[in-house]
Parts: sequence; structure tokens; C-alpha cells
Amino acid sequence: MEVERESLRARQLRARDLLRGDLEGRDLEQHVEERLLTTTLENALNWGRANAIFPMTFGLACCAIEQISLVTSRYDIARFGAEAFRATPRQADLLILSGRVSIKMAPVVRRVYDQMLEPKWVMAMGACSSSGGMFANYAVVQGADKFMPVDVHVPGCPPRPEAVLHGLNKLQRLIRGQPDLGWRQRYNAFGTEEWARLETGEPTPEAIERAALAVAPKHSETGERGIEVPGTESDA
Amino acid sequence: MPDAPGLELIAQGIEEVRQGTVIETSFEHDRATLIVNPENVLHALTWLRDTPEQGYRFLSSLHAADYLPASPRFAIHYELICRERVERINVKALLEDPASGETNGASSDAERLPEIDSCVALYPTADFQEREVYDFFGIVFRGHPDLRRIAMPENYVGWPQRRDFPIGGEPVLFTHNEIEAPRWFE
Repeated sequence: MEVERESLRARQLRARDLLRGDLEGRDLEQHVEERLLTTTLENALNWGRANAIFPMTFGLACCAIEQISLVTSRYDIARFGAEAFRATPRQADLLILSGRVSIKMAPVVRRVYDQMLEPKWVMAMGACSSSGGMFANYAVVQGADKFMPVDVHVPGCPPRPEAVLHGLNKLQRLIRGQPDLGWRQRYNAFGTEEWARLETGEPTPEAIERAALAVAPKHSETGERGIEVPGTESDA
Repeated sequence: MPDAPGLELIAQGIEEVRQGTVIETSFEHDRATLIVNPENVLHALTWLRDTPEQGYRFLSSLHAADYLPASPRFAIHYELICRERVERINVKALLEDPASGETNGASSDAERLPEIDSCVALYPTADFQEREVYDFFGIVFRGHPDLRRIAMPENYVGWPQRRDFPIGGEPVLFTHNEIEAPRWFE
């Protein structure tokens, strides 16, 4: 934080040199300290973009009901500057996939996405548009990221409006160029993946389970796992 | 809803005009069902619609069912309503699956679809419902004005609501079946 403040001071001084000539002396100093904030054009643009997201009025299934209640006074997406739902993809910059995408709907969704102007972002809301959800069948695309890029996945079936707002906050940070880290980066949890455990020789959960299965007495009719539960011995 | 004797009278009336139309009647849970020969289903429907004292002029639903281990395999259900008396009657036509014929093992048998006469001329509402049955069960309605898929994409292959159609989707790995796929992460 201290470093940032110092670099801010350095930028202010650079701006003061540009303004010299219009103002002089104490007036100049005061003007610089009170009125000026320097940044890059990109940062200023992204700040504006992140705080004025225009979502698309677009519902796919039951999640759309939760999406509608985002706008109500109870949840009030206007707190994050994203209350202006646009009825045309050409004015929208956020597409919320609220529901399952059937294989017949997928070309339509893709077309809507293609019609949106850059820069544009996509939020997959709910289990269905993220992975197919409970609809593991012939008619539903198993995850909308099979045919279009998705920036934020919000889990839930359907997600609460608060969860969608949390996803929106994550998206805003992504737009500002400071995306949140994954939990492995945040907690420095590298080396706990299954493949990493194999490399270090540490037993994986599945290896432990296989060993337990080899030791456990064979019960053909007890549980499918074959692992004995204490106190529930069946008379063989 | 006609009662059980009324159902028998209806069956008799249909039989009098054309022999061999009604195969069986069934009256269960206050539902009257005529099981008819699929060749004569239009005759049975016409009789029920046009006989003055019957007047089943409204087709409330037309749908199919697949009773896979059973033979005949498919059934088309017609649910008719007489709106003057608020009475319902079901007509059921059982259809064999021509692709399951083991006696003549020609390879073209696999593509043969069960067929039944279309009742769009009698009940215009059957148009979309017959298309839906064709879409999901692959049952062809002879004489339908525009028989093509209605819900699935038009280039879709297969009849997804048949019982031998694979459910689809993607296999999902949970902790309980993780052991069946060793080293799945590679």
C-alpha cells in the first residue's frame, strides 16, 4: 500500500510538470493534490466497464427466475451497476446463461453471443449450463463451454441471487484485470493433486481404498463397497 | 366416462360395422379403453366421432408408449372426449416392431419403422402430436401431411424416447465409482 501511495505521488508530480504554466506556485500544488488522479487509459476504461455491465435479457430455463429476482429491490443488482438489462445482444456485454442449453438451443445461444459487441463476457449460471447438471441425456449440451467461452461459472441448482452477485463481483475483478486466484494459488495447495501424490509416493485415496478392499473379507451381498461397517455384521 | 357395460356396447357397435376392429376392451380405475387392431384404428375413431349418440369429437391427447420387453412393442394411445356429456374414452392400438423380426434376417429390417394410419383428417389437432410421436418413437403415420421432426433438430439420428435408446450424457466420476477408473486423471 505504501508503495502504491509513493508511485501515486510520483505520478502527481509528473502531472504537475505538465500543468506548469497554467497555474503557478501554491495554486498548482493544491490543484494537483485535490483534483488530479493519474492512471492508464486501460485501467480507467476497465474501471468503467466493470462498474457498468449491461447484461442481456436472456433466460434459458428455471435459473432465469432467479436472474429476474436479481433486479428486485431485495437483491438489487443495481448496487453493482449492472441493472440495465438490454433486450438486444448488440447493446449487451454480459450474457448470463441461466439454464440448460439443449442441443437445439446451442446454435441460437452461440448466435446471440456472436452478435454481442466486444468486449463481452459470459457467466454460466447454475449446474446445467456449467456441466449439463442433472440433464445427462440425449437432448442437453453437457456444459455450455463446449461451444462458447465462459468467464465465470456459478454453481447451484439454481444458484441463489447472492451467489450470482458474488459471481458478478468476481467478473468485475476479472474485468479490472485483477482476477481472483483459484484456491490452490490462494492457499498454496500445490502438490495435493492426485498426480502429484503419485509422484511423491504418498498413497492416494484410491490406493488406500484398494488396499482396504483387498484386506476386507468378501461379502457378496453386503454393501457394494465390500467394506465392513462395525456393528452390522451379517450372519454369513 | 362410459361404464363397463357401456364400453361393451361401444365395442359391439364398432364390431357390427367392421369385424375384427376391437381386439379387447379394458375397464380399469374407471378408465374405459378399447384396444383396437392398428389396421382399423381409423374406422374405430370415425365411428366414435360420427355416431350421433357417441360424439367423441375432441382428441385431447395422442401419444405413444414403448413397452420394450413386451410384444407388440409399441402402443399409440388416443384419448377422446365427448364434450357434451363430458365423457372420456381411450383407444389403444398396439404395434409390432418390424425391426425385431428374427425370421427374415435381412439387413434392411433394422431401418424399418412401425406404421399406422394418420388421423389428421379426423382430428386436425393430431398434426403436431403425430409429429412428436414420430420424432421420439420413430412411428410413421401414413397419410400425415408433413411428417418431420418437431422437437429434436431435423438432422438428428435415432429415436430418443425408445427404451433401447442410450440415455446419453457424459459419465461422471464420483468418489464411489472412482475405483472403477484407475488413473482417470491421465
